[in-house]
Order: sequence, then C-alpha cells, then structure tokens
Amino acid sequence: MTDAASLDGAGVMLAGRQVLSEVSLRLAPGEVLGVVGANGSGKTTLLRALLGIVRLSSGQARLAGHPVRELSEAQRASRAAYLPQDRRVGWNLPAWRVVALGAPTLAPERARDRAVSALARLGMAGLVERGVIDMSGGERARVLLARLLVTGAPLLVADEPAAGLDPDAQFQVMEILRSRADRGGAVIVSLHDLTLAARSCDRLAVLAGGRLLACAPPAAALTSDALRAAFGLEGRLVSSPFGDIVAARRGAWGASAGP
Amino acid sequence: MRLIVGLLIVLLVALALAVGLGETPLSLSQYRQAVGDIGSAPAQILWSIRAPRALAAALVGAALGLAGATMQGLLRNPLADPGVLGVSAVSALGASVVIALGLAASAGAVEAAALAGALAAGALLTVLAARLAEPQSLILFGVALSAMGGAATALVFNLSPSPVTTAEVLSWLLGSVADRDASDLAVALIPAVIGAALCLRSGPGLRMLTLGEETAAMSGLAMSRLRAAAVAGSALLTGTAVALAGVIGFVGLAAPHLVRASVSDDPGRALVPSALAGAILLVTADLAARVIPSAEELKLGVVTALFGAPLFALVAWRAARSWRG
Repeated sequence: MTDAASLDGAGVMLAGRQVLSEVSLRLAPGEVLGVVGANGSGKTTLLRALLGIVRLSSGQARLAGHPVRELSEAQRASRAAYLPQDRRVGWNLPAWRVVALGAPTLAPERARDRAVSALARLGMAGLVERGVIDMSGGERARVLLARLLVTGAPLLVADEPAAGLDPDAQFQVMEILRSRADRGGAVIVSLHDLTLAARSCDRLAVLAGGRLLACAPPAAALTSDALRAAFGLEGRLVSSPFGDIVAARRGAWGASAGP
Repeated sequence: MRLIVGLLIVLLVALALAVGLGETPLSLSQYRQAVGDIGSAPAQILWSIRAPRALAAALVGAALGLAGATMQGLLRNPLADPGVLGVSAVSALGASVVIALGLAASAGAVEAAALAGALAAGALLTVLAARLAEPQSLILFGVALSAMGGAATALVFNLSPSPVTTAEVLSWLLGSVADRDASDLAVALIPAVIGAALCLRSGPGLRMLTLGEETAAMSGLAMSRLRAAAVAGSALLTGTAVALAGVIGFVGLAAPHLVRASVSDDPGRALVPSALAGAILLVTADLAARVIPSAEELKLGVVTALFGAPLFALVAWRAARSWRG
C-alpha cells in the first residue's frame, strides 16, 4: 500500500540555521502518528516540510507517493489538510462559514450542510451562527477542527490541536482524529502532552534539536533515555488503571535538547 | 442580495439629488424644461455639469470603497485603506510630477502617472506583506510610505518654478470632482472596470485568508494568483480614483466598515456592498460640498477627511481593543 505521507532524509534550513536534519519517516493509512519534542525541536517545521509549506534543503517529502513540490495547490489540498497552531481568525465570521472554508469547491448549500453537521458532531450545534471571534478559545479550536474535518482529505496534519484545551476537550479532539484514522485516513499530530500522546497515537516521532531520536510505538519511543535526551526529564511511561501515564521530573542535567 | 439592491436604490436616490440640487436653484418649470429640451440652459446645468460630476463622484467612491474592502480583506486589517497604506500618496506623487512638468495637457498623462504610482506602491506593499508575520504591522509601512509620498510631493512644490503650477497641483491634491466631463469618465472607466474585476475575482481568496496565510496556502485555492489579483485590482482602482479626483481620504476605510455587519464580517461578500457604499458616501459628500454655503466651494477631499479622520480614530480604537483581547 502507498504511504499516506513520507519524509526521506529531510533537512530544512531557516535563516541559516539547520532546523531539521536527516528526518525520515512514513505514515500509513489508518495510522495516527504523534510528533513530540521540546520547544524549538522542529515539530512544526516537520509538519510544514511534509506539506511543502517550507522548502527542504535536502531530502524529499511525499504525499500519497507524489513529491509534494510537484503537486498543484488543488492536488495538494485533495491529499492533505492542515490545522496550524495559530488559531487567530481575521474576521468574526459565523462558525459555519469558517467550517465551510474547508470545502471551498463545494456548492454553497452543500458546504453549509457539511459544516453544520461537522459542528454538530463536535457538540457545537447551538453555535453554528456564532461569530468565531466572540467564542471562547476552546470553542474556536473546535470550529477550526471541524474545518479540518470537512476538507475530506485523506491525510490530516494538526499542529498542537490540543493546546490550551481542557482535559475533556483534549481527549475529544484526539478521539475525533482517531475516528478519522479508523475510517482509513492518516493523521499526523504534534503534541506537548506526552501522556495524551502516549495514549492516543499509534506511533510517536521524538524530535530533539531537529533530529529524529525515535519513531516507534509509544512504549518503545518514550523510554527513559528518550525522555532524558529529548526533554531533559527523568522518568518513564508507567501503566495505570486509566491508561498509561508519563511520570517524570526535571532531570538534574536540565534540558539537553533545543537551542 | 437584498443589501446590494437596497444600496443600489440609495445610490440612485443620492445621484438624483446630486443632479437635482445645486448652487443654482431651479424652478419646477425649469426642471421640466431640463428634461424636455436638451438644448436649454437648465438642461446644460443638469446633464453637462451636475450629472458628470455626480457620476465621477460615484465612480471614485465605488473605486475607493472596493479598493479599501479588498485591502482590508487581504491584510485582515480593518484599518487598511488606499490612503492609510500610502497607495493614494504615491499615486498622487506620480500625478503631481506630471502636472508640475507641465504635461497635464497631454491626453492620459496624469492618469498614466497616477496608475503607475499606485501600482508601484501596491507592489512594494505586497513584497513587504509577504515578509511580515503580522499583517497589522503593514500599517506602519503604509504610514511611512504615505509620509514619503507626501514629502516627495512637497519637494515637487518646492522645486516648481511657477506659483501657478504649485497652485494647480495643490488644488488638485485637495481632491475634487468639479468640472469633470463625460470624456474624463470614459478614460477612467477602463482601468476601473479591470481593477474591479480583479478585486471581485479575489473574493474567495480574501475569505480564505480569514484563517491566516498558512491555512489559505493549504486550502487548494491558487492563493498567489488571487493575492496578485487583489493587489493589482486595488492599485488600479486607487490610481483611477486619484487620476479622476485627486486624493480623497477615508472612503476606502469607511465604506467596508459601514457594510461589514450586514455581511457577517465576510471579506468576500463585503466587496460589492463596499463599492456601493463608497459611491453613496462620495456622491453625498460632493453634494454637501456644493450646497454648504461657503466663500469658496469646499473641496471634496477636505469634506471626506473632516468626517473620515474621526471615524478612523474610532475604528483604530476598536481594532486595538480586539487585538488585545
């Protein structure tokens, strides 16, 4: 089967600095891949590189087998949809209009129907007409997630979709992304919460200083060594009746990764 | 759609008033004569003096309203406007140089210079905007560009040997649609129509930009083409307006602001209503400039600035508060 997305020896230079080096990974349909790492470790750059938003200085990024730089804008959008970390919205559009932007080629009526049902799925049926700037941060995050879902793209790329949300909403976001993967889609998502990442992802890519330390199932990726190298933490993944938890404290050596 | 029809009706009423009312009071029989006998003096006043002037005001207002709405959508900034961003000032500089060089009589020279200035400013702003993470910061460059355009125009005055030329440029800079005739309108119509088409084409892209540059870039829309259309379109419209009427401030700021609530803040749907609102604003302002009793006839640019500047302060205040939140 063709990979949903892949990076082969990908490197990225930004302002003369090597932000990402020699990263190779592949993502299969039906899979949720988490990207974890300290601030500045290259998580966002990895996602942008995969989507062709930043130019690679070396290596290759592919979406569904095609080099991303060779795809037209429309072809790229039909293969992958992106939810950036920045949730600011320029104008106070009603929620459904923002969600409908995920399907710009649909007839307005159909786009509206899809937007309304996507909002309903996220428990936002009552806020369809509410202006997005008038919403709380959590509500707006869900509206933007709904926009990602109505794109219908087989690959969803979400940069910290759980940041700033309450615990229940964090689980909900990850469940929704998971249900997309269960229906054959592929999801790549950057996360700061290691416990959330360990519980909701099939595999984790651990980044430190722009390099990939590990890309493996959570138990194999979040080893004590990886926690130390990537985060400067002393700890490990432990199991609890409610699921796995990353138990850790600051290491005596401080953060060894990142700038 | 209902909004557009409503605005069209208001615009037609404003145009009728602008043609009907003026410094020279006419009696009922004279109005009848104006409609019945094209060669009569009242007909001359209505159809050869007032009507072209009113239509010029409508065209300039629509151009500025549409340019303002496009720039606001492009920059996600309610303070963007051809005047604030310096496009009008650079366009006026181009036209001033041509007037000061005594070339104003050559057909199309002022128009071409105004368009060239507007396009140059538009291109510069686009290059800058691509390098800024915060579209809001572009306003600061606009202020600088506006100041540079103004300074260079002042230099033109300074170096101009003839006080007559200086007076001519100054009078033109204050902004007016007085004494425009049908041929002026015809010349302006071509770049205005091209500019309007480009701006309207960029509508879906402007709406997508609501979600920021990255999401728009990944949306499947050909964003670089839509962005170029928006910049070129709004620059052409601004250049047309400046060529026809000099510098008229704040219409591009105010018109989108007036219609935004009725289109639920949608930058794509705000375009046509903003053009109509701009036309209504300027036809009304020009009527006011004509009928307000004063020793010298008030200049249209002066009237719009007097009303527009406080509005700008109000919008800036609100925008600053929403950024903080």
